[in-house]
Amino acid sequence: MRIVLPALRRTLLAVLLFLSAVPAFAVNPDEILADPALELRARNLSAQLRCMVCQNQSIDDSNAELARDLRLLVRERIRDGDSDEQVIDYVVSRYGEFVLLKPRFSAKTYILWATPLILLALGATAMVVYARGRTAKPTGRKLSAEEQAALDRLLGK
Amino acid sequence: MSVELGHYALVLALATAIVLSILPIWGAWRGDRPLMELATSGSLALFGLVAFAFAVLTQAHLASDFSVKNVWENSHSLVPFIFKFSGVWGNHEGSMLLWLLILVFFSALVAIFGRNLPDTLRANVLAVPAWGATAFPLFILVTPNPFSRLNPAPPEGPDPNPGAQDGGPPIHPPLPFLGYVGSFRRLSFSLARLMEGRIDAAWARWVRPWTLAAWTFLTAGIAMGSYWAYYELGWGGWWFWDPVENASFMPWLAGTALLHSAIVMEKREALKIWTILLAILTFSLSLLGTFLVRSGVLTSVHAFATDPSRGIFILCILVLFIGGALALFAFRAPQLNSGGLFAPISREGALVLNNLILTVSTATVLIGTLYPLLLESLTGEKISVGPPFFNMTFGLLMIPLLLAVPFGPLLAWKRGDLLGALQRLYVAAGLAFFVALVFYYIENGGPVMAVLGLAAGLFLVFGAVSDLWFRAGIGKQAMGVAWRRLVGLPRSAFGTALAHMGLGITVLGIVAVTTFETEHVVEMKPGMTAEAGGYTLAFDGMRSAVGPNYTEDRGHFTVSRGGATVADVWSSKRLYTARRMPTTEAGILTFGTSQLYVSLGDPMADGGIVVRIWWKPYILCIWGGALVMMFGGFVSLSDRRLRVGAPSRRAKPVKAALEAGE
Repeated sequence: MRIVLPALRRTLLAVLLFLSAVPAFAVNPDEILADPALELRARNLSAQLRCMVCQNQSIDDSNAELARDLRLLVRERIRDGDSDEQVIDYVVSRYGEFVLLKPRFSAKTYILWATPLILLALGATAMVVYARGRTAKPTGRKLSAEEQAALDRLLGK
Repeated sequence: MSVELGHYALVLALATAIVLSILPIWGAWRGDRPLMELATSGSLALFGLVAFAFAVLTQAHLASDFSVKNVWENSHSLVPFIFKFSGVWGNHEGSMLLWLLILVFFSALVAIFGRNLPDTLRANVLAVPAWGATAFPLFILVTPNPFSRLNPAPPEGPDPNPGAQDGGPPIHPPLPFLGYVGSFRRLSFSLARLMEGRIDAAWARWVRPWTLAAWTFLTAGIAMGSYWAYYELGWGGWWFWDPVENASFMPWLAGTALLHSAIVMEKREALKIWTILLAILTFSLSLLGTFLVRSGVLTSVHAFATDPSRGIFILCILVLFIGGALALFAFRAPQLNSGGLFAPISREGALVLNNLILTVSTATVLIGTLYPLLLESLTGEKISVGPPFFNMTFGLLMIPLLLAVPFGPLLAWKRGDLLGALQRLYVAAGLAFFVALVFYYIENGGPVMAVLGLAAGLFLVFGAVSDLWFRAGIGKQAMGVAWRRLVGLPRSAFGTALAHMGLGITVLGIVAVTTFETEHVVEMKPGMTAEAGGYTLAFDGMRSAVGPNYTEDRGHFTVSRGGATVADVWSSKRLYTARRMPTTEAGILTFGTSQLYVSLGDPMADGGIVVRIWWKPYILCIWGGALVMMFGGFVSLSDRRLRVGAPSRRAKPVKAALEAGE
């Protein structure tokens, strides 16, 4: 039994992981708002909010109880006349920034957001510098006397 | 067959690999022929031993020998034969063994068919992968071992993960592995050449088939993984920016960049340092992919097991290999002289732009995947980086790239004519825009951006056609002459056109399905109908059924259009009895390249059931495009200049000329 137990635990873990991930029965009919414009906003917001107990899913995709609660909360705030930002701010104030699938631009995400831009700028600069350096000065060395002789021989001179 | 024999074979393989990773390099350095020859026989022996070990494990799985722990954990006597078979590599230990098998198989191929390579190069090229072949058996032997026994033997296994029980997994994991190992092969060519201090067009030519093959297999692996997620996970998504998906996508992006920069190196001997660096980076990303998936560092749908000892081991391999490769690179790079000159507007320039954007995209995906981990381990703060981040950053980077692709092949080497290329492409661009507008009209609108997206995809397709059109001189030459010129074009020209066309088709599918998709979430009782994509679905009721190792509730739907019945479909919810694990089996109907996707939700108290119906217009274009890209890869691989025998005829004179030039 001592050998079997860790394996069993691992299997159970795998089951739990899979349970939380697979049957994704997202939005249910009873949650949908009557006004299609409001519902569309709710769907767009849901896709940006993380299901906190799932692996890597938005609340829009998840069937977890917590995701459903959050979906209902988002719809409630929208019905009460909140703007999209207000809804997001409210959810973040309750659950922290971890809930945002698109992190905010702030001190702790500067590097994340700036990396593509910085790399693009660096790469483009390197390209320009390289192109200029290459065209400005002639490269390569002159052939040595032996090489010149070999070349002449090959060319049949 | 006793699994202990397999275990023993693996230990022998480890010993062989250690010998193989040292002696041939020593021999190449000292100019000792017999030691160099050892590389060939050693590689063949290594392949034999690993193949034997793999066969033994496979046999244990097929015979459902539950005294073997690996079989007990991952199989069940009732699962169908094909899944017993795929169960061999459907788990961590087995998949590592498969990785190893593919690695040594390629080495054996080089040993057999690589007779035309110079002796020292062959010795080095076979010895470098042996380092990997040392690391992986060691890894398999010291961390949980697939050959360990259970005593007493349990009578029955707990059943493999049902998510892995369908057509995908038997071939899905091996495909990215082929890609990863292909990148290892490319690395070994790079390192072997670096050791000799010779990086030249000949290197690019040897390395190109491996790059192409690795890229093609990785394309296949990613496309299959995406399709598997689409039909198995039950909500019709096909790309989630999941860390595991990113892990295979990053080597693909970097590999695509490498494929293009290697062309510059082969034709013009330029971009040497960059190409070598890219080869090392692509390989590092492949290894990083293995690490991310296998260590459980990122818990995601795929990371079934979490075991830190493995993670640390792979991390050590990672540091050793990447560090070693980069060190060798740093040591040798200054000696690489730069090759041919080119103007910014030229074929080379276009390929450099391609490399710039692809590399930045790779870095973006990398930082997005790792940033939450880094931030949490450094500051303890938890943030999420999910699909909205990737869609925005990656999407923005792709726009200029997609627009630039058709120009590349139309620009001349050294100095291109942008105006000329524009003149050749305006028909393709106009046609693309027109067809996009027609699409937009047929699908009754959507965001205006959709027209631009569709036009970009179509521009790629028509641009690829124009490339072949102008190369053959259709319209300028007599029909017969143009036809002969078209047939006479090198296969790689067709490969390029097909790959670019495939990319366009994929873009088309992605844009179409994101903008024109409709979703209907309804509660249905038998007899009720729902509308989706112009079709009417009538719900006929539920029925229970029993499969070999599951029970299921199936809902039947009759699909009609304009009053006439056109099809019917079952959609079901399964419960795998051995593990008490529920899954959804969506009902999918294909109409042309579009699909109706029907998924069952929870039953309601009043006897109805929640049904989700999606109309996914042109969705098959996403994977169809990937198939066309792969086909392009294979066509390019069949190009005459890449055939194994092709370089041999010129190997000696080129070498002599190089030596004379040095």
